[in-house]
Amino acid sequence: MYMELVCPAGNLPSLEAAVEHGADAVYIGFRDETNARHSAGLNFDAQTMAQGVELARSRGVQVYVALNTYPRPDGWTRWQQAVDHAAELGVQALIVADLAVMDYAARHCPGVRLHLSVQASSTNYESIRFYHEHFGIRRAVLPRILSLQQVERIAAHSPVAVEVFGFGNLCVMVEGRCLLSSYATGRSPNTWGVCSPASAIEWHASAEGLETRLGGLLIDRYPPGRKASYPQMCKGRYEVQGQVYHALEEPVSLNTLDLLPELQEAGVAAVKIEGRQRSPTYVAQATRVWRAALDECERAPLSYRSRREWQSQLAKVAERYQTSLGAYGRPWQ
Amino acid sequence: MAIAPNSGRRDEAGNGVLPLRLSLGPILYLWPREDIYDFYTCVAESAVDVVYLGEVVCAKRRALRLIDWLALAEDLREAGKEVVLATLGLIESEADLRALRRFCTNGRFLVEANDMAAVQLLQGGPFVAGATLNIYNERSLRILAERGLRRWVMPLELSGATLKQLQAGRPAGIETEVFGFGRLPLATSARCFTARRHNATKEQCEGRCQDDPDGLLVRAQDGPELLVINGVQVQSAHTFNALPMLGELIAAGVELLRISPQFHDTFEVVRVFDLCRRGEMEPDAGRHILESLMPVGPCDGYWWGEAGHVDWPANAIG
Repeated sequence: MYMELVCPAGNLPSLEAAVEHGADAVYIGFRDETNARHSAGLNFDAQTMAQGVELARSRGVQVYVALNTYPRPDGWTRWQQAVDHAAELGVQALIVADLAVMDYAARHCPGVRLHLSVQASSTNYESIRFYHEHFGIRRAVLPRILSLQQVERIAAHSPVAVEVFGFGNLCVMVEGRCLLSSYATGRSPNTWGVCSPASAIEWHASAEGLETRLGGLLIDRYPPGRKASYPQMCKGRYEVQGQVYHALEEPVSLNTLDLLPELQEAGVAAVKIEGRQRSPTYVAQATRVWRAALDECERAPLSYRSRREWQSQLAKVAERYQTSLGAYGRPWQ
Repeated sequence: MAIAPNSGRRDEAGNGVLPLRLSLGPILYLWPREDIYDFYTCVAESAVDVVYLGEVVCAKRRALRLIDWLALAEDLREAGKEVVLATLGLIESEADLRALRRFCTNGRFLVEANDMAAVQLLQGGPFVAGATLNIYNERSLRILAERGLRRWVMPLELSGATLKQLQAGRPAGIETEVFGFGRLPLATSARCFTARRHNATKEQCEGRCQDDPDGLLVRAQDGPELLVINGVQVQSAHTFNALPMLGELIAAGVELLRISPQFHDTFEVVRVFDLCRRGEMEPDAGRHILESLMPVGPCDGYWWGEAGHVDWPANAIG
């Protein structure tokens, strides 16, 4: 089965890079809280989105628009307009999480496919059946917490295609149900489309070293010379029973290149690269490597091995140390 | 099934309807079996109106089986409580689904769905939507109301102002429940953070979370209490307390206020909420008692649309 390569684009140059280096689809968002990568200077306004859609169309690349946050009553019209606008542009799919958004899109934009966002926290096939039966979703993006066996099981029983994350930032929490960011800052992926917003972050040199804070809370402290990570609640070093350690998760990122044959065998329909917030260089590099790997895996799944040069090219753009199997191996689950 | 929600409840003297009902959330921690039974013996005699029973955090915790929960549920119903069976939040494996199917087809008690799989398995039958079903707008309420929703629990991060908007647009016959007291469940993983603390995998966890009946405290390196590790769940170290907002909640037409069990003093918490809803104690006096019972201290930022960890000064005045 052909596995589609779905690449991130936070702006036109990234979209061009993804298209140029072999993406089958790109996913993008509007420049507001209707998507889960809401950040200053990122994403598309009406004009750039139209340009991006046209560019992708001319190269036979699909466009998916992420509308995967949860509108509160007073914000509803923004999400409604975003659905309408994306549909008018003729994009192939909307990536949705909120029941009202998917209901509206299913009723008003029957020509646009609906993909269930990872933010809808669907970790089993019964939940996928619910969204399929009631809203006609055509694909489900699975949370990064699942093991390979669980992905296989879901893919075997799901009424729709499944997409998994292949590379990028690793969420250890069930996506769509994590309030750690709003607990620290008041803003979360669900409400504002942000996790650990830059406006709430402080870098401060103290006697004990470089301190990173989120919403005023100390996330980590680094001795001179050590590389500091972007502060997120789940990846901080804290004290538990007198020991200071990464109490929830090491700041690692996900890389499933080694698992491609298994994912293909399981019938996974698409692999997603995380990182709409990253640079066009990242998008180009990740897309190029993953295109080569997917082609190799499709051509010769039995002899497929992830290549050292792929891994070293990805290591150059990864934000953190990578886990070879990422969430899907789960050494300590 | 005796599951029709009441809009209010007569007090024991039968003279008047209480402005809102008190519910007791599921026990979020792993307590020894005997402690669970002792706890629910006290629940039967307490002022709570609705009791949520079941394991919602970790599939590996099996202190009680469904048959045990059902027997407890019958006892509590006998004692005049409305009982709701709360289901697991993270449904990953075939075993999780099998267990969930048994809960959803129990035939006797209303079910709280904490994952959309439960809503699917209930096939239009009545249910309570737990906070993790992510109902952020009244349109979602209407969609689920057509598919069996009877009551919903507001997502923990929503503010009082958003609650009022949702209340204005909610469909008829749907009850609203708000998390009223307890450490806030902030996130869930497939990984076990308690096992990680002991350098063990989840498979080899040996139920170590039973050693921490209120969870493991996590502090920032500069000292302040931040979070609590509860197996695969992460909670706030501070305790959310909606008692100071009691009047606003009643005015907004909220039917139920949820108290989340903690290992110590839960029934004193219930008593304070009960006295305050009856007008027999001033909320401010109640607040001082409740704050003395909190393991770390209060937080209420979410209600004010602020960061959840904040103890909002506006609330502290008066």
